[in-house]
Amino acid sequence: MTKKDKYQKVAYYPGCALEGTGHSYNRSTKAVGKKLGLDLVEVKNWNCCGAMEVKNIDPKIQTYLSSRVMSVAANEMDMDVVMAPCNGCYHNLKKAEYDLKNDEDSVAVVDKLSKKAGHKTYESGQVETIHALDWIKETIGEDGLRERVKNSLQGIKIANYYGCMYTRPRHIFPEKDQGPGSESTSKPHFMDDLLAAAGAENVEFPLKTACCGGAHTLSDSDTSTKLVLNILKAAKLAGAEVIATECPTCHSGLEMHQIRAAEVFGEKVEIKILYFTQLLGLALGLKPRKVGVHENVSDSMGFLKEKGLA
Amino acid sequence: MPIHEKSLIRPENLHEHESLVIDGIDVSGHWSTFIESRVVADYNEELEEEISALPGGEHIHRCWQCGSCTNSCTVNALNPEFNPRYWIYLIRMGMESELLRDKDIIWQCVSCNKCTYACPRDVFPEGVMKATSHWLEKKGHTPKSPSMHFDEIFTEQIVATGKIEESRTMRRFFQRTNQKLMQGWLIEMVKKMIGGLPVGLLARMGLATVIAPRTSNWSAASAAIQDYIDEKHDEQRRALKLQADK
Repeated sequence: MTKKDKYQKVAYYPGCALEGTGHSYNRSTKAVGKKLGLDLVEVKNWNCCGAMEVKNIDPKIQTYLSSRVMSVAANEMDMDVVMAPCNGCYHNLKKAEYDLKNDEDSVAVVDKLSKKAGHKTYESGQVETIHALDWIKETIGEDGLRERVKNSLQGIKIANYYGCMYTRPRHIFPEKDQGPGSESTSKPHFMDDLLAAAGAENVEFPLKTACCGGAHTLSDSDTSTKLVLNILKAAKLAGAEVIATECPTCHSGLEMHQIRAAEVFGEKVEIKILYFTQLLGLALGLKPRKVGVHENVSDSMGFLKEKGLA
Repeated sequence: MPIHEKSLIRPENLHEHESLVIDGIDVSGHWSTFIESRVVADYNEELEEEISALPGGEHIHRCWQCGSCTNSCTVNALNPEFNPRYWIYLIRMGMESELLRDKDIIWQCVSCNKCTYACPRDVFPEGVMKATSHWLEKKGHTPKSPSMHFDEIFTEQIVATGKIEESRTMRRFFQRTNQKLMQGWLIEMVKKMIGGLPVGLLARMGLATVIAPRTSNWSAASAAIQDYIDEKHDEQRRALKLQADK
């Protein structure tokens, strides 16, 4: 079965952030999926993947939490693909998959905890975890998008920001860096490809995989603000009007520290921040409310009207 | 890119004399700067072993000091004192007192994993940073870092409900670290958020702060996770030769 067929119907794992601060990513992902005729079935009674915090208490607990999500998808829903739009969830499920394939101790701990918790133990290989980018890229692809674009993003200059968890560390993403057609961990391009197909002009952005300091957004706010400022300024210098994001932690980090940088450091950087799914949705002819533009902290409505997208 | 590191000689060990004559030779001024000799006698031979016993520190023995971690480090670019390669060296040498000079910044690792990506020896320096900051806290060299408070609050919430509700995590964090909740920039952000939100979503978010979202049938998983955390906690305290607490 080709990826194109395999990804038509996927188990959807939104994760905690997409029910809170990242709700516009949830809304726009579902809206884009619906518009493209792709089938999302939410993972039943899912739990948190452990985010960036639980591993610091114990990494194997994080492996267990992520494995439970995959176990539900595989054993209770009979699905073979889990799609996670959040970089954190995507990363943790990938990491759990790697650990369960390569580390006996992890397998033993996950088995013990799954039995105690009363569900089937997830076994590596039962499901394939993909990101929302893989999902759209493989099913619809650039050609498919070009055919479906109603409002081209033409004339919009975009810096594509992928963040840390989508590409690092390399070993948990065995399908990346495999030559033509595969994603690159040093210079990722899937988001660039999709938005270019929707008509946007991507700028040369050197900080694609820089860190926004998301792990310490509250516990070491000054560090996070400085890191976000780097990203905002570099995007601005590269000529971008919009930073496209693909992770709720990055997105809310950029929005939050854009405000904090102005409040605390007196540095104001004017640039719009939108999820790539919001931009794709608009290009496919969806109204801004349908893709949750009103749910973002930063206000992009004026800009979108100016560009003829609202 | 060259590896920039700070000078290995600390300013307090450099001595210049305005007027000094030794054996009839004038050694005054900048051209005759003296470096104080230094003897290290307080090696802690267990240091590497102890840090290896904590999660993330397992592979520290593989390091061959190439410095790729420090070169790629996000935090090092903001603060040159933040130097994973140097700390790994100190730990492997057992130079505890030197390591303790930097005890208040090690927790600031942002887990971006650039070091892990760059490391040719699979040391997983990110994990070593976490293990080291845990070691510092467990041994009582530093108080619990804000980051550790956050990790604990986060994990407690998952153990309790299976899911995270962000505003609750945030409130508890500010409470536990004795910070005021209504920081100026946060008020600005909340104002901007509420400005554009539809009533339905606001109501749902308000409700979520009262009734936390939870995974159903979670109690067995919750108990299993808590047991495992406690078991590991005791195991680690034994490895660090600490008394059982509580």
